[in-house]
Amino acid sequence: MRIIPFIISLIITIGLIIVLNIPLELSGAKTPCFGAFLSPQHGFWQNAEPIENDFNATLKFPDLQGNAEVYFDERLVPHIYADNEKDLYFIQGFLHAKFRLWQMEFQTHAAGGRLSEIFGTKNGTTNFLKIDRFFRRLGMVYGAEKSLEALEADSITKNELDAYTAGVNAYIVDLKPNQYPLEYKLLNYQPEKWTNLKTQLFLKYMCFDLAGYDTDFEKTNMKGFLSTGDMEQLFPATQDSLDPIIPVGTAFATPGITITPPTGLDSNYFHTNGAENGNSIIQPDKRNGSNNWAVAGSKTQSGATILCNDPHLGLNLPSLWYEMQLSAPGCNVYGVSFPGAPSVIIGYNDSIAWGVTNAGRDVKDYYEITFKDSTMQEYWYNDNWVSSTFRDEVINVKDSSEVHEKIAMTVWGPVMYDKHYENILHNGKYYALRWKAHDPSNELLTFNKLNHAKGYTDYLDAINTYQTPGQNFIFASKSGDIAIKEQGQFPAKWKQQGDFLMPGSDSSYQWQGFIPADENPMMVNPAMGFVSSANQMATDVTYPYYLAGDATIFRGKIINRLLNQMNGITIDDMQHLQNNNYNLFAEMARPILLKYINQSQLNQDESKYFDAFKNWNLNNDINETGPAIFKLWWESLSNNIYQDEFSKTDLPVVWPDEITLVEGLLKDSSYKYADDINTSETETIADMVLKSWKSVVSEIKSADADGSLPWGNYKNTGVRHLLKIPALGRLHLPIGGGEGIINATTSDHGPSWRMIVQLSSTTEAYGVYPGGQSGNPGSKYYDNFIDYWVAGKYFTLLFIDKEAAVKSDKMKWKMTFDKA
Amino acid sequence: MKFIVAILLTALLAFAESLFFPWWSIAIASFIVAVFIHQKPWKAFFCGFLGLFLLWAGQASFIDFKNEHILSQKVANILPLGGNTLLLILITAFIGGLVSGFGALTGSFTKRNSD
Repeated sequence: MRIIPFIISLIITIGLIIVLNIPLELSGAKTPCFGAFLSPQHGFWQNAEPIENDFNATLKFPDLQGNAEVYFDERLVPHIYADNEKDLYFIQGFLHAKFRLWQMEFQTHAAGGRLSEIFGTKNGTTNFLKIDRFFRRLGMVYGAEKSLEALEADSITKNELDAYTAGVNAYIVDLKPNQYPLEYKLLNYQPEKWTNLKTQLFLKYMCFDLAGYDTDFEKTNMKGFLSTGDMEQLFPATQDSLDPIIPVGTAFATPGITITPPTGLDSNYFHTNGAENGNSIIQPDKRNGSNNWAVAGSKTQSGATILCNDPHLGLNLPSLWYEMQLSAPGCNVYGVSFPGAPSVIIGYNDSIAWGVTNAGRDVKDYYEITFKDSTMQEYWYNDNWVSSTFRDEVINVKDSSEVHEKIAMTVWGPVMYDKHYENILHNGKYYALRWKAHDPSNELLTFNKLNHAKGYTDYLDAINTYQTPGQNFIFASKSGDIAIKEQGQFPAKWKQQGDFLMPGSDSSYQWQGFIPADENPMMVNPAMGFVSSANQMATDVTYPYYLAGDATIFRGKIINRLLNQMNGITIDDMQHLQNNNYNLFAEMARPILLKYINQSQLNQDESKYFDAFKNWNLNNDINETGPAIFKLWWESLSNNIYQDEFSKTDLPVVWPDEITLVEGLLKDSSYKYADDINTSETETIADMVLKSWKSVVSEIKSADADGSLPWGNYKNTGVRHLLKIPALGRLHLPIGGGEGIINATTSDHGPSWRMIVQLSSTTEAYGVYPGGQSGNPGSKYYDNFIDYWVAGKYFTLLFIDKEAAVKSDKMKWKMTFDKA
Repeated sequence: MKFIVAILLTALLAFAESLFFPWWSIAIASFIVAVFIHQKPWKAFFCGFLGLFLLWAGQASFIDFKNEHILSQKVANILPLGGNTLLLILITAFIGGLVSGFGALTGSFTKRNSD
């Protein structure tokens, strides 16, 4: 033996293996472990799924009660035919895990404040510990635990979720490291077992996304320097052009709840001052919204009802949705499900179809807490010192010591902001969070009941159990009924309650009750022959309760206008309507710009682009230059008009909605905010319109020169991977639409599922989502729906019984599930 | 002849071990082959290197062909190799070859004399 060469060679070999077996640090981010990652039998090559992959399988599990068959159609949509519902949800869990495991776990890690376990404190430019602390302090885990108790107290949802979780885990326990989804290999960690709590965490994430938007701190800051009159003008409770979900003129019943505003509101609530200095917090996307409508048989060519829904959410890969048919005796339903939760969320069954849009009601308020001292042991409440309890949130951080968030719990809820976790106003004060998502609720029961619903009564019975996040549930049935209801458990608020931060020492500021479910805005079989919603306010101000929250008006208005005009409606008409790119905002705003612009002051370029804008057909199609010109001009105008008022603070503010400025300028030719308060002259609307135009033409010209002015290029829509790795996303997609447009596609947000269901004797349904059934970036089924979605095309949804499935030439693979 | 047998045996043993053990078992495969098929160190190194280079290049190419480059193109952008899938396959094969080569070299030093 040649000892020295042997030892040297051995050291080199072992050294090489070690270097290739650990993640390396590369510009602040961690690389995969290259040895395992590149090994064709272990690493990413194992995720490169053959184009002609064979998904056939025969599987046996002791947890199953009977036998089941799953047929996969040519789009890899599973059609599950089970003997009983327990097996049905077990298989749903199994398939979610098989095709979407990484996403399911990642989303719940995000919701539960556990990303630092994967990434460490920081990775690249993202501070994961900061994100985790935010979600822990928001009480996501607290809310999920409470709702899990409610869910498990009901035997229907307990059995459903237990079976689902068992199915997910049946997949995970047999998973070998080489079969781990790609992202685990990229980030070098392992999947863990699924739990019922994880499902609740996912649902709470949806609560955050859809009922987590608030501007309480910003507005509290602003009332420190804006008068009450200004606040009312800039943030009106409603708009003149509002076309509410429930038509104007509808009479409402006398409220079942009497609300008494606290005394001394003017001095204690509306007129307290804001404070110094701020930074940013995590906010859900304000654009989260959706369209839905249902038309009665009287307006359709076939005479059957048609229901349409397209929920607008962040556009991500793997997609938020997973399409499937769930079939067992007593249940036969098709639609999209959430990987991470049982049942179908938006879809249809043999008798009915349903869909949702976000209600956007404000169910998240903050109360200022006065503690006796910084130990937070006692707080002042109704003239007494009351003891707080504490919740210890432990964040495990990869390669670092654990971080504890000691959160004081009050009668209002968790003290989200304290001396260790500053609010955006940096005023050093304590704020407890009263959020509806912290209350025990059982949303899965609603969806279970909707999946089984036979008609209108079942639909009402189903949705009346629903609490958070509030949704506009739309409904159509084979028997010819259409309906819509804004459902959620909404606090009955006095006017402007919770728009600002509230005093936490006085119980008279609490939510005094919830609006009874049967007083929520609703409408069934209206004479106009259709129902619709698109995130506008549910009613006008004659509704007896205060409709606090976030609402938009353009989509709702244009949908109603078009549906009113339509008759003899076909599926094709509905497809065109969902893909409609008409810009109602521009229709309302362009006359203002044309009226006030002084054309004699324009140079050659300014005139050229002004003419392009003037001649624009008001459609946000990909080749139009008008949309980008309008967007730039209007943003500049809004900035010129309001910047001077809002620059009185360095702290966070919110800007008035676009419609507020449109209506202000339409109504009032001497709109007071047009004047720049920092100059001695009095500027007019015309001055601001001209100034704005002149300031944006150079940007328009350079966009024109580099080809980015046409709307498709300017908007630059992409469907991005959840980890924001560009190579795993689909970028630069040629699709029109935009904010406020029925086709609400922005750069990273938009229709996450388009569905059209005609409830004729044989249901005809069409759908598409911007993704694919497989979550594996190495599968051809990862993103194969995206081009269809971009082109505004739809797939025919295959909703068939087992006998037909066996014979169908559309079914390509079969999995059998048997009791072991 | 010995050279070719050593290459083939290294590839075969590495393949079999990888079915059950972590990726670095390829170094043990080439080490064992080099102990039992004794060659000069540089020859042993190249047998080990080529055994795994060919195995991994072959496996990766086969997988990539059946996948129609869907994933290799993505990974070749992440790493970043400008989306060059051939380069990705070569790097894969080279890494396997290198580890295996040193495993074989180590194995060859277990005997005093080489033929």
